[in-house]
Amino acid sequence: MIRLDNLTKVFDTPKGAVTAADHITMEVPSGEICILLGPSGCGKTTTLKMVNRIIRPTSGKVFINDEDTTGLDTQDLRRSIGYVIQQIGLFPNMTIEENITVVPRLLGWDKARYQERARELMRMIALEPDAFLKRYPSELSGGQQQRIGVARALAADPPVMLMDEPFGAIDPINRAVIQDEFLKMQQALNKTIMFVSHDIDEAIKMGDRVAVFREGRLVQYSTPDDLLAAPRNAFVESFLGEDRALKRLNLVKVREVVSDEIGTVRPGDTLEQALARIDDFGYQNSILMVNDRRQPVGLITRALARTTKGYCRDHFQNVPATVALDDDLRKVASLMFAQDTTWLPCVDEEGRVCGQITQRAMTHHLGSRFRPTQEDDAPPPDAATRE
Amino acid sequence: MPIQRLKGALRILLFIAVFLGGVWSQSSGVIDDFLFYLPDVQYLIVQHLWLTAVSGGLAILVAIPLGIVLSRPSMARFAETAMQVLNVGTTIPTLAVLALSMSFLGIGTVPAVFGLFVATLLPIARNTYAGLKGVSPALMEAAAGIGMSPAQRLIKVELPNALYVIFAGIRTALTINVGTVPLAFLIGAGGLGELIFTGIDLYDPVMMLAGAIPTALLAIVVDALVSTTAFVVVPRGVNPSRA
Repeated sequence: MIRLDNLTKVFDTPKGAVTAADHITMEVPSGEICILLGPSGCGKTTTLKMVNRIIRPTSGKVFINDEDTTGLDTQDLRRSIGYVIQQIGLFPNMTIEENITVVPRLLGWDKARYQERARELMRMIALEPDAFLKRYPSELSGGQQQRIGVARALAADPPVMLMDEPFGAIDPINRAVIQDEFLKMQQALNKTIMFVSHDIDEAIKMGDRVAVFREGRLVQYSTPDDLLAAPRNAFVESFLGEDRALKRLNLVKVREVVSDEIGTVRPGDTLEQALARIDDFGYQNSILMVNDRRQPVGLITRALARTTKGYCRDHFQNVPATVALDDDLRKVASLMFAQDTTWLPCVDEEGRVCGQITQRAMTHHLGSRFRPTQEDDAPPPDAATRE
Repeated sequence: MPIQRLKGALRILLFIAVFLGGVWSQSSGVIDDFLFYLPDVQYLIVQHLWLTAVSGGLAILVAIPLGIVLSRPSMARFAETAMQVLNVGTTIPTLAVLALSMSFLGIGTVPAVFGLFVATLLPIARNTYAGLKGVSPALMEAAAGIGMSPAQRLIKVELPNALYVIFAGIRTALTINVGTVPLAFLIGAGGLGELIFTGIDLYDPVMMLAGAIPTALLAIVVDALVSTTAFVVVPRGVNPSRA
């Protein structure tokens, strides 16, 4: 757990005092990733760097696991916090192994222990230990270097990590891969992480909570879904972008929207029966045909059922696509657009039909969470319960 | 390929020239003339190298800590001024430095070593300072952020990453030093300058060359020694010649 209590930083500049962080009070619960989000110069990086005293706070306190860090020795404090920076900052004079084991060696681990730890970390970040440990940073690609940067921060198994735009300098394709890997690692490691980003999509993807900063102030601190559904003011709203409703598609799983009521027909049914069922369920265009194991095998269209006689098994079309319960709505929407359809069958792990998802249900689910925005800076009525 | 044919022809010409030079020097007795100076050369080389070693060694011992101190953040206010002073110092001709040190310290080895020391100090201190200042701020932040103390940062991160530049300074300084030692003869400290300047005074080119050629060879050898040391000592990851 990281708790900031009225953390303030005032820089003295030739143009006068500049308040970079103004009485920041927030708490990151254990095992969660908190994204500090905002435009450049908003104070997010200053706030992060006050946690490990790269920047000394003017006033205020930092608590880590309920311990006031003010009294701790700076070196000890920093060794107990993993630190990843955008420029990666691997030491070019050291091999990968030496880089990863820097903190354990500072802490005085014996050789066998830190060498084993290096191999363990390399396996964790999916880089072959024997191929990489003896190489130098300049011999690695940017993505590999940042994986090493993350491994170095994790080396002494600190409970808390600070990450300053860690994936900002990596190309978009590799960034997505590293983000996914990191999330997977985090599921196992359960670190408490503060993570600076200026990328709203990254924040939504990575964050359990998002703290939006503006001009040194913490404007809004909530879960990504709440942030997108109820931006506190016009600034947050404009920062999230006009397509913030679409961004929420990433956050909602099919499971939350699926309707388990779905009418189906069997290959042995006649087209007449199929038409009757289409009418019973009120479907506009078609009905799904399933086999004995309830796996989707085809579609019977209304137009065909009305004009033709025979059995379903002789007159079906292919199923355009199916979605799984753990897919997010973004994928569903994309499939619907690509297939020009307003509904898709939903299947469970064994490929059996377990429901359907409709465009109407999606828009309803997203829409029901949007509340009208209040006046600038006036919190919505339920703000107290959310923070 | 015409260029390769040209190279081949040049190589043959060079070979012929060396051969003719050898024939000439044997027939004219120049080799014997040179051999006459061999005991002097042996004695003076030792003296020469001793002057270089003492003045250069002292310069390294003083200049590197000086560069380190000037590069500390707490010294930032004085560092630029100090570097300007060093830069101005570099522009003073070594002969003038020797003359000045003679006027304070008299004649002999001590003023010579001091003059050479001053001339050698500057490139090393400048390169040490520049090398340490050139270490990327991101590296320094990473080093601080993972909990290295200022001394650990200096020893584990800053110096290894600045080492290549520091060695470049040492290499320049020592090569200049070896080439400057002959001037020490002028204030009575000996060295191969004895043969060079006496040879000039006596219009004896063989004597002059008996001093000049070993001096040039010494400079080349010292340069090679320092660059070999750099090749071995500077970590592979930050050593451009081992990349």
